[in-house]
Amino acid sequence: MMRVPPFRYVAPRTVDEAAKALRDAGPEGMLLAGGTDLLPNMKRRQQTPKVVIGLRGVQELKACLANQDGSITLGAGLTLAGTVKSPYARQDAYRALTTAAGKVATTHIQNMGTLGGNLCLDTRCNYYDQNYEWRKAIDFCKKAPDGEAQREVTHGTCWVAPGSPRCWAVSSTDCAPALVALGAQVTLVSADGRRTIPVLSLYKNDGMDYLAGKRRDEVLTQVHVPAMAGWRSTYWKLRRRGSFDFPVLSVAAALKLGKGGVVESARVALGAVASCPLEVSTESLIGKPLTDDALEAFADLAARPARPLDNTDYHLSWRKRVTREYVLGALKELRGDAPSLLQRTAARVLPVVSA
Amino acid sequence: VSQDPHKVSHTHGGAPGGAFNVVGKPRRRVDARAKVTGQTRFADDLSLPRMLWMKLVRSPHPHARIVKIDASRALAHPSVKCVLTGKDLPITYGILPVSQDEHALCLDRVRHVGDPVAAVVALTEDEATAALELVHVEYEVLDTIADAEDALNKPEPRIHEYGDDGNVHKRVAFEFGDVEQALKDSPRVFEDVMFFEGNTHLPIEQHATLAAVDENGRVVVYSSTQTPHYLHRALTKVLQMPGARIRVIATPNGGGFGGKSDPFNHEIAAAKAALVTGRPVKIALTREEVFYCHRGRHPVLMRFRTGVDEQGKLQAMSLETLLDGGAYGSYGVASTFYTGALQTVTYQVPRYAFRGCRAFTNKPACGPKRGHGTVQPRFGQEVQLDKIAVALGKDPAELRLMQLAQPGSLTANYLKLGTMGLGKCIELVVEGSGWKQKWQKLPFGKGVGLACSSYLTGAGLPIYWNDMPHSGVQLRLDRMGGVTCFCGATEIGQGSDDVLANMVAEVLGIEPRDVQLVTGQTDVTPIDLGSYSSRVTIMAGNAAIQAAERARDLIAGPAAKKLGIPRDRVGFADRRVFDVEDPAKGLTFEEAIVVAEAEHGTLGTVGSYKPPASPAKFKGGGVGPSPTYSYSATVVQVDVDPKTGWISVEKIWMAHDIGRALNPTLARGQVEGSVYMGLGEALYEESAFRRLPEKLSKANVHKFPSLLEYKSPTTLDMPDVVTYLVEEPDKNGPFGAKEVGQGPLLPIMPAIANAVFDAVGVRIDECPIRPEAVLRALDEKAKGRPARIGPASFPAIPWPEPLKVPPPWEGGDGTAVNEKPRKSGKPGTPYAKKPIDTKPSIDTVTP
Repeated sequence: MMRVPPFRYVAPRTVDEAAKALRDAGPEGMLLAGGTDLLPNMKRRQQTPKVVIGLRGVQELKACLANQDGSITLGAGLTLAGTVKSPYARQDAYRALTTAAGKVATTHIQNMGTLGGNLCLDTRCNYYDQNYEWRKAIDFCKKAPDGEAQREVTHGTCWVAPGSPRCWAVSSTDCAPALVALGAQVTLVSADGRRTIPVLSLYKNDGMDYLAGKRRDEVLTQVHVPAMAGWRSTYWKLRRRGSFDFPVLSVAAALKLGKGGVVESARVALGAVASCPLEVSTESLIGKPLTDDALEAFADLAARPARPLDNTDYHLSWRKRVTREYVLGALKELRGDAPSLLQRTAARVLPVVSA
Repeated sequence: VSQDPHKVSHTHGGAPGGAFNVVGKPRRRVDARAKVTGQTRFADDLSLPRMLWMKLVRSPHPHARIVKIDASRALAHPSVKCVLTGKDLPITYGILPVSQDEHALCLDRVRHVGDPVAAVVALTEDEATAALELVHVEYEVLDTIADAEDALNKPEPRIHEYGDDGNVHKRVAFEFGDVEQALKDSPRVFEDVMFFEGNTHLPIEQHATLAAVDENGRVVVYSSTQTPHYLHRALTKVLQMPGARIRVIATPNGGGFGGKSDPFNHEIAAAKAALVTGRPVKIALTREEVFYCHRGRHPVLMRFRTGVDEQGKLQAMSLETLLDGGAYGSYGVASTFYTGALQTVTYQVPRYAFRGCRAFTNKPACGPKRGHGTVQPRFGQEVQLDKIAVALGKDPAELRLMQLAQPGSLTANYLKLGTMGLGKCIELVVEGSGWKQKWQKLPFGKGVGLACSSYLTGAGLPIYWNDMPHSGVQLRLDRMGGVTCFCGATEIGQGSDDVLANMVAEVLGIEPRDVQLVTGQTDVTPIDLGSYSSRVTIMAGNAAIQAAERARDLIAGPAAKKLGIPRDRVGFADRRVFDVEDPAKGLTFEEAIVVAEAEHGTLGTVGSYKPPASPAKFKGGGVGPSPTYSYSATVVQVDVDPKTGWISVEKIWMAHDIGRALNPTLARGQVEGSVYMGLGEALYEESAFRRLPEKLSKANVHKFPSLLEYKSPTTLDMPDVVTYLVEEPDKNGPFGAKEVGQGPLLPIMPAIANAVFDAVGVRIDECPIRPEAVLRALDEKAKGRPARIGPASFPAIPWPEPLKVPPPWEGGDGTAVNEKPRKSGKPGTPYAKKPIDTKPSIDTVTP
């Protein structure tokens, strides 16, 4: 059996205590929310924090609010299952988020994993998400040098792209692209204070420094989703199996249609095709009806920034091609087209069993 | 007892009038309660006082010489009790006598990433794991042989010092009739090169072993093994201990599928560590380590050249296969033969040639996975038949029906067929699926595909040459009414326990749950060679019937005397022994035992089984013969998205000729399980390896040795499956039963490939069938090029002169006309020609 390495566990009761504990622990410390990402990584020795700060007991992280302006605030400690079921999030405009949260891994993981944790999810890569012995067999990689033997040398090789100066691990969060499409913001709290930034600003297109927008001593505490009357949104996820895989491509799209079916506003984000979620310009759609021609042209453009590499499931060139089809399919769904095979595949979720 | 006890013929039940007491009735399996309540004790559930934990230091290199091992730092660790290296276990072993090429711990060479180099034994698993880092191993890295074609091109460095030459492990060649002439004479010849990627068993239970020295000084090895007897033999050899001082206890396996059929290094190392420390030693493998045990499906490149007449009737077939064997022999020689063994048992093939080659590569060893070696060529054969049907404008179902192999016939390669229900199977799935209304008639993007298959019901020969039975059963009947059945058969989830209870209960007229089972313990139970080759139902089943009939005979006489009726009027049913002409007059089963024990003394019987001799007398003819063959036919309906190539399997109709369904609930479970596994092989699973840029690294690692990234389907990915059980009872099967555990897997992959063609008109000549391949093929089609994705060519292999065996209809007698006289029956050679013993195996009956 693979086991977690030894660590000291700190159990704060408030956000302030958590932020202080994180500051005090320094680079040795990591936050533990649902644990569905960090604990397997620790077993594989990808991360070996000496201090683990558990957020389970911090009640305020679970609080959700419906604000006067129609926006909502979701606590970062809300579980993914809680997000799906949240009365605040259950509106047609926010369907991208509830669908995304409902497609993270399995029901069991949705019951443990949190919204904030999913936003901070470690980037993933076939060369990195392996146990210590396996990584030793490839002489490790840039993102996870030999931590156990405490070697100073970082090999500096990204095996996905050996000539590249950076790490190409893939952003695999489902909720981030959805929240980007919804124009959401997040609050970060440190021992020094708090700030609120757009979700997209959390991320940088770098497999190692993917959370560049969050300082190491900050705790992600809240997610703010704006009022979106008249919007509709969706989330398409490509994965091998409908039961529990990480995305190897996702498309989140939100639209507001005006008179005569003309697009008033739109936001589209791609997931799992770079080291961060990518927002795609929707300028070409604005002010026009959603004709097939307009959508095809948009899909061509939107797929362009996707840069899948050979470090996830499925062939990279195929993922690139499917990106275009997924963008097209997601927008057609928002236009009100009948569900295609692709949508049924993309939207395949566990049957909902009502209590 | 029949005159020829090794050919037990039972096609009717034990109840009066030949009715069945138990057989054919859907029942909850006898071990269900223990399984669902968690009472089943798997190997990893076992724990003994003062138990130590073992972990293995594994090679990080795919190919290297071991220069030095320094374990001093590990030995200095306060928790470490012992460190073993190759020098402690210098004797080689291997499942086949011809491939004794494994060391429990590598002696001087590592041959794949994960090859074990040292065993560290400590007080806890965590400490053993931590101490792995304290064993310093110095390696001299050698060039990596990455795949089969690499092995053909690079004879050096040699992975093994034995084998045909260079990195070629084995080449075999046979010709049954003048195939080249027949191909020349055929109006149409179809040539196809196809590739089947390797994949692994993925049993949910990870291998685990607990070894201890018992109070009598014997080594006891509890292990999740499918083959306790073969493990027993390997332990005897490597530990250099008499077999009588070693006990192997096969714990119930949480799935095997062939992945627990070899003796494994961790099993042998644990036994040695128990001897060295005098304490129980346990090892439980991680999932990644299970991927290193492997012995899974060989990647196979194959070339078919098939001649047909204008009607599509097969005239001749030539098959070449190239197997990527991985780092060790394992079952590989048998696997190689198997890639050419069963092409002739479904359709009449008048002339047949087969050439097979297995290469050594620096990857975990391949071996037997469900359908052992026959799965890959079956994919090729069934896809090619579909192409032939389309090219000739024939319905693929009709094309097959017009040339079915005949029941009871002898094939070109001297396989003796039993009953043959393939025609019925095809008719059922054609009817059930609406094939006639669907094939070539569905809208673009939707399609149906049909494929068939056949599989052995037990390998005709054991792994090592011997004249003894393949399976034995002892029954003990006690005066309290208890019946205990002892048998070496190993429960791997397939239901072998249930089959034993079923047979005994049927004959004695009691309930299966009345039968106490003791199985898979080499010191307590009579032999069973193991749970492989779909052999347990037929072999242990027939042995159990023989033992039970002998018990019935022991009981019937005294009972008849007690009842005052002639012996031939005694019936056994409903836990009673009674007068069949006046059923009210009788004894309870318990009372009957009492009168029998009073008459005979202590009651016990034995039964055993050995398959009939094969008519194949040529060298290599030992792989393929079976007492009888099962048959399957399937129709698969798919939806293929032409924009992405995404394949969605909508529904599967599967008919399987099982001879007789002993417990239909279990039989259906086996069919559905096979469909499930086939779906994974067809669409998802591959033992893919990752080579880093050669300039930078010699690494060659399994791409994703984990349950998350090795993509096996889940229940959510299962389509609806309609199962038809066809019953063509076979005289060699227990109550007519044939196998069901493997056969229904085989047609799934080709049926899906054929359905994809029907849906979007592209041929995917490789498995798994990836959406990107479908899309690339559609691109080719749009450009007016051949809409086909698959390997371009088959390498030129210097084949040996084929053994020429004229088929039966050309005057052949099962021997090769050009075979050099061989040293007869060299011990330890599984395929050496020996006069095949046609005497029935005689069993002693106690008392």
